[in-house]
Amino acid sequence: MRPSAINYMNTHILPSFEYYEPKSLGEALELLDRLGGDAKVLAGGTDLLVKMKTGALRPKYIVNIKRIPGLRYIRLEEGVLRIGALTTWHDLEEDPVVERFPALADAVKQMGGLQIRVMGTIAGNLCNASPAADAAPPLLVYDAEVVLASVKGVRTVKLEDFFVGPGKTVMQPNELLVEIRVPAKGGSSAFVKLSRTSMDLAIASAAVYAEFEGEVVKEARVALGSVAPTPIRARKTEAVLKGRRVSEEGLIELLRTVSEEVNPITDVRASAWYRREVSRVLVYDALLKAFERSRGGRA
Amino acid sequence: MRVSFKLNGRPVEVDVAPNELLINVLRDKLKLTGTKYGCGIGECGACTVLVDGKPVLSCLTLAVDVNGREVVTVEGVSEDGNPTPVQRALVEEGAIQCGYCTPGFVMVGEYLRSKKRAYSEEEIRSLIRGNLCRCTGYVNIVKALAKALGGG
Repeated sequence: MRPSAINYMNTHILPSFEYYEPKSLGEALELLDRLGGDAKVLAGGTDLLVKMKTGALRPKYIVNIKRIPGLRYIRLEEGVLRIGALTTWHDLEEDPVVERFPALADAVKQMGGLQIRVMGTIAGNLCNASPAADAAPPLLVYDAEVVLASVKGVRTVKLEDFFVGPGKTVMQPNELLVEIRVPAKGGSSAFVKLSRTSMDLAIASAAVYAEFEGEVVKEARVALGSVAPTPIRARKTEAVLKGRRVSEEGLIELLRTVSEEVNPITDVRASAWYRREVSRVLVYDALLKAFERSRGGRA
Repeated sequence: MRVSFKLNGRPVEVDVAPNELLINVLRDKLKLTGTKYGCGIGECGACTVLVDGKPVLSCLTLAVDVNGREVVTVEGVSEDGNPTPVQRALVEEGAIQCGYCTPGFVMVGEYLRSKKRAYSEEEIRSLIRGNLCRCTGYVNIVKALAKALGGG
C-alpha cells in the first residue's frame, strides 16, 4: 500500500480526455446519454480535477456544463428555495436569502477556502457524494429534494434517498442534477462541523432543525455527516428530542441514540469510537445553537 | 483548441489542448511566471488568479474554460506600474519572507479590495484560509491586509 497517492502523482498535469462544451441543457443531456458511464460532468472542478490528478478517476470524456445558460440562480419561490446546478458556494455566501436557512448558511461559511467557494458548486458537492459533504446535513434537515434531468425526462428525488454509498448516488450516468429544492420552514436550525482546520474535511458534522415552544422541542430533524457511508438522518434521535426541554438535565445522555444510529469508520482523521462519541455532542451543540437562534440570539 | 481571452487587460489567443491547465498556459506558454505552482490540488492558493474578477485556482482550471473571459494575474494588478495598496502594505509590514505564496495573497487581497468595503481582522483571517504560507506565521500578512482593506 502506498503511503500517499499524491506523493506518486504528478499534480502538475491532467491526463488527456475528449472534451465537450454543450451550449444548452438539451445538448448536455444528449451528450450524457450518448457517452454514458465514460463521461464525467465538469462544473466547479474542485473535486473532479483533483481526483483526475491523483488517478482516482480517469474519465474518457469531460462534459463541461459551465457554458449552459440559466443554471446559475438562487430563488425563493412559493416557500421553496431553488438552487441551480451551477450555483457556487460563493453565490450562496453573497445572497442574503440564505440566512433564512441558518444551518445552510453555517455550512456555506465553513466551507473550504474562498477560492474553493468561488469555484465549487453546491450541486457538485452533492454529486461527489462524499460522506463528509458539507452541503448534505443542512439540506437533509430541511427535507431538500434534487431534480435530475435526462433525455427521458425529469425526476425529483428526496435528498435522503439520493446517497447510496461513498461517492455513489442514485443518479444514472445519463442524468444531470439540475436543481436543489429546499422547502422554507418556520423553525430554527444550525450546522456544526468538527475538523482540524476549516480547510480540512469534517471529522464529523451535525445539522439540527427544530421548532420550539418556549424551551420545549416540538419538532426536530437531525442529520449527520462523516459518521456513516453516506450522510444520514437520525430518526430515533429526532423521536427522542420531541417533547424534551433543551435545558433538561441529562439530555446529552439521552442523545446516546445518536451514537447508536451512526456507523463510522476509523481513518486518518479520527477513530470510529471517537466519531461515535463526538457525534452526539455535535447534535447537542447544534440543538443549543438552533435554540439560541430561535430566541433571537446571534449564536 | 484555440482560446482567446483578455489577459491583464490585453487580448490574447493561444492554442491549448483540452487537458491543459490554466497555470501551465500562463507560466509556460505566456511566460507569466508570477503565478506559482504549489500543491496542485487546491489546498495552498499559490496559483490564485482572477477570472472575471473572482479569485480561482489556476491549477484546477482548464485553460479552455477561460475562453472569452477576463484573466488577471499578479503581473496585471497594478494599473500604473506602481504597487497597489495591497502590495505596498505587504512590503511595508514585512509580510513577505520567501515570497512564494505572496502572489496568491495579492490576488485574494485585490479581489477583496474590488468589493469596496472594509474587512475586520477576523474576516480577513477567514478569507485567507485558502492561502498557505509556511514562513511568516500569517501575523504580518493579516496586519498588511488589514492595513490595505481595514478602511481604518
